[in-house]
Amino acid sequence: MRRFVWHAVIVGLLLVLLYPLVWLVAMSFKPAEEIVSSLSLLPKKVVLGNYAEVFEGTGGIPVWRFFGNSLIVAVLSVIGNVISCTLAAYAFARLRFRLRGPLFALMLATIMLPAHVVLIPQYTIFNNLELIDTFVPLALPKFLATDAFFIFLIVQFMRGLPDELADAARIDGCGAVRSFTHVVLPLSRPALVTTAIFTFIWTWNDFLSQLIYLNTPEKYTLPLALRLFIDQTSESSYGPMFAMSVLTLLPIGLFFLAFQRLIVDGVSTTGMGGT
Amino acid sequence: MSVEERIRVPPATPVGGTRRHHRYGERPGIAYLFLTPWVIGVLLLTLGPMLASLYLSFTDYDLFTSPEWVGLENYERMFTEDPRFLASVWVTLKYVLMSVPLKLAAALAVALLLHRASRMTGLYRSAFYAPSLLGASVAVALVWRVVFDNGGPIDRAFGTGGWTTDPRYALLSIVLLAVWQFGAPMVIFLAGLKQIPTQLYDAAAIDGAGWWRSFRSVTVPMLSPVILFNLVLETIHAFQAFTSAFIVSSGRGGPSDSTLFYTLYLYQKGFVDFRMGYASAMAWVLLLVIAAVTALLFRVSRGYVYYAGGDS
Repeated sequence: MRRFVWHAVIVGLLLVLLYPLVWLVAMSFKPAEEIVSSLSLLPKKVVLGNYAEVFEGTGGIPVWRFFGNSLIVAVLSVIGNVISCTLAAYAFARLRFRLRGPLFALMLATIMLPAHVVLIPQYTIFNNLELIDTFVPLALPKFLATDAFFIFLIVQFMRGLPDELADAARIDGCGAVRSFTHVVLPLSRPALVTTAIFTFIWTWNDFLSQLIYLNTPEKYTLPLALRLFIDQTSESSYGPMFAMSVLTLLPIGLFFLAFQRLIVDGVSTTGMGGT
Repeated sequence: MSVEERIRVPPATPVGGTRRHHRYGERPGIAYLFLTPWVIGVLLLTLGPMLASLYLSFTDYDLFTSPEWVGLENYERMFTEDPRFLASVWVTLKYVLMSVPLKLAAALAVALLLHRASRMTGLYRSAFYAPSLLGASVAVALVWRVVFDNGGPIDRAFGTGGWTTDPRYALLSIVLLAVWQFGAPMVIFLAGLKQIPTQLYDAAAIDGAGWWRSFRSVTVPMLSPVILFNLVLETIHAFQAFTSAFIVSSGRGGPSDSTLFYTLYLYQKGFVDFRMGYASAMAWVLLLVIAAVTALLFRVSRGYVYYAGGDS
């Protein structure tokens, strides 16, 4: 009986907590005149018109364009972060060099640095290089390991690898490079996958830097397109806006369903947030 | 390993090997090779820009003409002639002071509830975490904007009026959006709860401690490092909140500046008005405030946080 109460309480809490998401999905299938009127979920009639309208595009630009732009930025960011953070992490975790202590401390310090402190000079740099309104300012920093958090995550993982394997590789005559490519890298796959997943999700959700660097609607990513939508939307066209919101959240939702164990374990072992 | 040890222990030689082999670190150059992208990034995109923004904070700069030195004028103007700046500080402080404690309280309460062996625990944990993953998005902020709007579903269902259009409640709706994402600290609390040895609870029970007593005398002290960790992390994040306020208020911080978050005002100054010197000064004030608050949290916590195993 107590077990039953426990489950009931938790399921009840989850219903309240997840209600806004379910509501969003339900709304996206409702005809316009029903939407604002209620908290109820079931539409009087299910319509796909909202989605049809989204696929017609916003301001003459097909929604696939925004989707594609978001995807390009996210995929480039994933590749950049995985490569650059792994390289740096290997040096910090498994190599000896004179400046390791101070550089490691510097790396840790940059994790907590508010982005706003470097935002304006970074913008000036990319402006001088005439790279505003391209994806370069969004992707290039990832190839230079500016998301130091992931370096830390991979360092923690690499430090936990058994020394015996590295010793064996050394005995077989592997140098630092071969030991990296043949021993440490293959063993670090879980950490790299976690890095890739979180980079994807965070980049997909990112708003501030995309808002600053992308100006023309053809370059817009999904969050920017959605915002364009809001400002052009009157109450009567909430439906398509909700449909587009659902499409925006869908990849993250699918990622979460596919990797939920890995994601939540990643949070609990590294203490990284979701905000 | 000390230098002597490294000398005394003969390096393993491959059988029949004639080629010299390297122990890691014997060629320090290798390490720097691996670090190259990071070093370039730190110099060009972090340390360099930090110094540049410090310099810009003492100038008038509009991106198109070169910066003009004005000394401390930006900083002075902020605190003496700019009521919107002071409003943004006040809004942000209120947001931090409301959202962080509420979020952590919710996270701890649900973590305590979930901390129990069951086949469903993993699934429940993931479900509670989901809002943390989605909540930072524009799409969810948008839902909030519509749900709490005048004539929106919450208004219709509970007669609350439109929160997002009412200066008294607009901030509260954004606080709720932050609290809604309590899943991330909750997951961290759960991991902390798992580390507490069950013998401590057994001992407390033998001593006649009830639920509340063992929570106060076992759980809280044993969990205190994790509480501090979450507190620091969430506080730092809360000071930098942006997307939710931007979407809910259409980037304006209204109504009547009631959701004019610090970062939102910084964005307006820098990227709408192109007063980049002023915005840089604001960024440095933010950095200093966050650093000071973090230091304060660590300092105050010294008397409260218990580290099992003694020092550090």
